[in-house]
Amino acid sequence: MSFYDVLKSVDMASVASALAAATEADVLRALASERPTRADFLALLSPAAARQLEPMARRAHELTVRHFGRAINLFTPLYLANHCVNRCVYCGFNTHHDINRRQLTLEEVEAEARCIAATGLRHILLLTGEAPRTSSVEYMADCARVLAKYFASLSVEVYPLDEAGYARLLEAGIDGMTMFQEVYDEAAYLPLHPGGPKRDYRFRLEAPDRACAAGFRQVGVGALLGLHDWRSEAFCTGLHADYLQSAYPSVEVNVSVPRIRPQTGGFQPKVEVGDRDLVQYIAALRIFMPRAGITLSSRERPGLRDNLLRLGVTRMSAGVSTSVGGRATGQSDPGQFEISDDRSVAEMAAMFQSQGYQPVYKDWQ
Amino acid sequence: MSDMLTIGDRELTSRLFIGSGKYSSNAVIPAVMEASGAQVITVAVRRVDPEAGQENILAHVPKSAILMPNTSGARTAQEAVRIARLARAAGCGDWVKIEVINDNRYLLPDNFETVKATEILAAEGFTVLCYMSPDLAAGRRMVEAGAAAVMPLGAPIGTNRGLKTREMVRIMIEELDVPIVVDAGIGRPSEACEAMEMGAAAVLVNTAVASAADPVGMARAFGRAVAAGREAWLAGPGAVSELARASSPLTGFLGE
Repeated sequence: MSFYDVLKSVDMASVASALAAATEADVLRALASERPTRADFLALLSPAAARQLEPMARRAHELTVRHFGRAINLFTPLYLANHCVNRCVYCGFNTHHDINRRQLTLEEVEAEARCIAATGLRHILLLTGEAPRTSSVEYMADCARVLAKYFASLSVEVYPLDEAGYARLLEAGIDGMTMFQEVYDEAAYLPLHPGGPKRDYRFRLEAPDRACAAGFRQVGVGALLGLHDWRSEAFCTGLHADYLQSAYPSVEVNVSVPRIRPQTGGFQPKVEVGDRDLVQYIAALRIFMPRAGITLSSRERPGLRDNLLRLGVTRMSAGVSTSVGGRATGQSDPGQFEISDDRSVAEMAAMFQSQGYQPVYKDWQ
Repeated sequence: MSDMLTIGDRELTSRLFIGSGKYSSNAVIPAVMEASGAQVITVAVRRVDPEAGQENILAHVPKSAILMPNTSGARTAQEAVRIARLARAAGCGDWVKIEVINDNRYLLPDNFETVKATEILAAEGFTVLCYMSPDLAAGRRMVEAGAAAVMPLGAPIGTNRGLKTREMVRIMIEELDVPIVVDAGIGRPSEACEAMEMGAAAVLVNTAVASAADPVGMARAFGRAVAAGREAWLAGPGAVSELARASSPLTGFLGE
């Protein structure tokens, strides 16, 4: 049984009615629970819980310090290519967009690696669009061999692969992956993905299962907030993370909480996800899953990132460029989306230290 | 009176071991060590980065301390062995705390894989300390495999829930002829003291100190609690009785 079967068994209409019907008493009970259930998680995501943000934030902070301490992992993305055959309406890499398409040569990968390694970072996330003919598994494996000289651990955020593909990446030294489902509601997913292989909802949804089966150490999931009702999407994301943690106990599970950002194409999200909503989501997630990693990207602005640090976040990106080869060449092509926090690794580290947190540059090899 | 704890070829006067994770800054580690009086510190090899200069955690370990690298992050015996060898090659010495965890929800150790790693590393001359779920049979296997000490958990790691495994740990103390170091779960100095009163050889604490409002103050409190518990164990606590017993027996007049 994969997560597809788990999600199929969830009646989304019941989820919506449970969210609407949750009472303050349900929220307080969930807050006090030693082992919150799915129903508790729903209560914590409900409109009723929005009135209990402070106690939720306190509980999330306490659990995070207990399980992760006052330390936060730093990483940065490296865009290897922006070729893409998909037509996702919200993405700057949409195949119909007239942007300069390129893919780094191995020499260029090494130049980028030198720039990133000079900042002290030892964890890196490799990204491509979905273009299996150019950004092939073998290309990624070749890049990994170059990057292994500079970094302690490599992860990918690329198009979904079959299990053999993930096994090939593992063999090349890549042991972490992130796969944003973007939208968990299948009916809402399809119109946002009008063309390209990404229309295959199930193949994408089951990608983390295949990566776990292949032996990956670390797997991340997430919904892109703003594309559909955030509360039910947050619930499905939590279910996905909880399912992975149970089905593959040796895998470290991370959840990302990205909000949609402006990008080439000018897609306007239909759903507003405010800062208070984001705080509620992060706190609910931490209370439901005390040991899951929570990643916060540079999509969020500096002041907000500084404050979210205490609420459950365990990993943050720093020194981010979403352009292909942007660091070594200084090029500023339109990236996949606009970032909101362009602070360097050193600036992020200084911020953590000023708040009494330790920046962790290396956490596995 | 001399009361040394011998592990491998080292003799220790302090029976408190300190963990180095979860601090807001590695720079607080020397003060924690000094306040606690601990002589042994465990460091996750996965976080050791020799190229990181002052950010490198090893730069903050006092020179006088015994470094006990741990294999945190290992999911199999094979990975634990690789990490231990890396640590020795990096100059971290011959002590190693084997930590093999296959469960990311409760972080409970895998005793079977730990036995396998112990066999290999003890044969290579490491002083092996085994972090484990308290279980007498598994502990025996670890000792047979060459463990210098076994380290049963008091409660799941990082929980500060206290000595939840009291009975299992007590049996291991009674039955095994190697030092028993209670590792993980201890949240308060009183719980560390209780473990020592039971006859544990030592206690390892990390989260309880690192997550305290004043880590240095809490480290000092743990140092004192461990010493007090050890002293009580050596002094031999009086028997526990269900009934009140007069200090002057009522039948004393009957004579012998």
